[in-house]
Amino acid sequence: MMDGSNANARGFEDARTDEQQIRNFNINFGPQHPAAHGVLRLVLELDGEIVERCDPHIGLLHRGTEKLMESRTYLQNLPYFDRLDYVAPMNQEHAWCLAIEKLTKTPVPRRASLIRVLYSEIGRILNHLLNVTTQAMDVGALTPPLWGFEEREKLMIFYERACGARLHAAYFRPGGVHQDLPPQLIEDIDAWAQVFPEVLDDLDGLLSENRIFKQRNVDIGIVTEQEINDWGFSGVMVRGSGLAWDLRRSQPYECYDEFDFQIPVGKNGDCYDRFLVRMEEMRQSVRIIRQACEKLRNEPGEVLARGKVTPPSRGQMKTSMEALIHHFKLYTEGFHVPEGEVYAAVEAPKGEFGVYLVADGTNKPYRAKLRAPGFLHLQAMDHVASGHQLADVAAIIGTLDIVFGEVDR
Amino acid sequence: MPQTASLTELGQHLELKRPDCVLSWDVVMDELTVNVSLSSIVGFVEFLKNDSTARFTTLVDITAVDYPGRAKRFDVVYHFLSMYRNHRIRLKVAIREEEMVPSIIEQHPGANWFEREIFDMFGILFSGHPDLRRLLTDYGFRGHPLRKDFPTTGYTEVRYDEVEKRVVYEPVNLVQEYRQFDFMSPWEGADYILPGDDKVAADGTKS
Repeated sequence: MMDGSNANARGFEDARTDEQQIRNFNINFGPQHPAAHGVLRLVLELDGEIVERCDPHIGLLHRGTEKLMESRTYLQNLPYFDRLDYVAPMNQEHAWCLAIEKLTKTPVPRRASLIRVLYSEIGRILNHLLNVTTQAMDVGALTPPLWGFEEREKLMIFYERACGARLHAAYFRPGGVHQDLPPQLIEDIDAWAQVFPEVLDDLDGLLSENRIFKQRNVDIGIVTEQEINDWGFSGVMVRGSGLAWDLRRSQPYECYDEFDFQIPVGKNGDCYDRFLVRMEEMRQSVRIIRQACEKLRNEPGEVLARGKVTPPSRGQMKTSMEALIHHFKLYTEGFHVPEGEVYAAVEAPKGEFGVYLVADGTNKPYRAKLRAPGFLHLQAMDHVASGHQLADVAAIIGTLDIVFGEVDR
Repeated sequence: MPQTASLTELGQHLELKRPDCVLSWDVVMDELTVNVSLSSIVGFVEFLKNDSTARFTTLVDITAVDYPGRAKRFDVVYHFLSMYRNHRIRLKVAIREEEMVPSIIEQHPGANWFEREIFDMFGILFSGHPDLRRLLTDYGFRGHPLRKDFPTTGYTEVRYDEVEKRVVYEPVNLVQEYRQFDFMSPWEGADYILPGDDKVAADGTKS
């Protein structure tokens, strides 16, 4: 009927049967699409099922963090970092603390440094668990997220036991961390780290050799070294393509240089390699966690550098008037940061998360720029996704590892 | 520190090779900052990318800083990273409010969104940018939020109107004044008149 064989049949007089003009089809992917990982609006131009052009419209979650930060003190700004990449909150706080510590030249006590490493790696596992499993869901597997979220729940409880919050931790402070960890918590984290590789093996067994999973990911969204340089990629997007670039190793911050871990790299730079790199990074993070637990058992001590940027201990406040005044001034006026500018970067789970801080000597930052890895990765979406099928867009967004809290800021 | 030494060497190298571009440079806290003139920024970025000692192939960040008191109001700040030589550099270009910055999109395609964001947030125009639209703010937004003279509360607020069955834009109506605390100690000589103390003359004598 529709091929024009019987065009004059009754009821089909109004159907066009001659050759028709075919034009590209524009669709809106999101902002409420479950595979968009947040509020991403992609305007896709499709030729049949092939993506011709992909224009991401971002900013739907823009909260003006950088503007707000200019009218708040350095300490009040810290919780904003939890709300950037809310999948691994403490890694962002880390960059802010490093920037302030660099400007104020505050030393971090060794125990605090170890706790920071421990919780940064927990953050990395939190992030990769979410990303790997929900990416699998985007390409059709339903079981992995259920398994992944079960482990995430356990890690969230470790967050909660350290700082009282499951998500918005505000635990890393300039000069250390807010509270010491109870000994039992360290034991529990270590015990969890011993059994967690089994969960990874289960996930591996479910996904790595899965035929459907490989069909959806192998040779999809290939990233070459040239593209890494052009688009400013970082993190897993670089390592998946064979470049062993990791800030923890190449520009060590905190005390990462004492830890024994390896940097997994991919070979082909496609979605599947990035998945494998993330899986292996989780195993390496477990190694770091176990080493950190071992070191923490043998390193008692202060977790905050006592000084201008940190509060006095409760005991001191009850006996010393000066300590009480210091506490009051610290939490109202805040500390002053000497004039200068600094760029501090950490290897966040998604890539290089950096803070460019311009201080003018007052208690508030003059300008703080947050450099989010997802911003650059999403920017390259048009380049990476063009020429792929519509269904691959979901797989590519999944392995780009986008979280809108940090892209939109 | 060894890092400082190698960065100083790099700074000297850059000044030697491109004396026309480098206005001044310094190494503070293990970070190399180079002040570059506006007209030579594209050439200098190109040079940094291809020079074998520099090899700044990765664009890390572009941003701007607003100094309303200066004649050259904005600083445009570029951060580059070399994964091959493992060092970083910061370029700063001071511009007047009405000046346009040449886009470096030819050298680093990743500059696209950064330049759009700066246009959005500061109103700085980039010449040669193919698609200079707003990026983060609302469709149809007016003003440039990260300028220092833009209020944190903004000018408009949005809500869903039950009668009109659509989202409406209205001027901001604040129930309470936006709170600005002043921590300047009156004992350290604040150079303004305290509220309620306006009868005191500037030299401190009561009129």
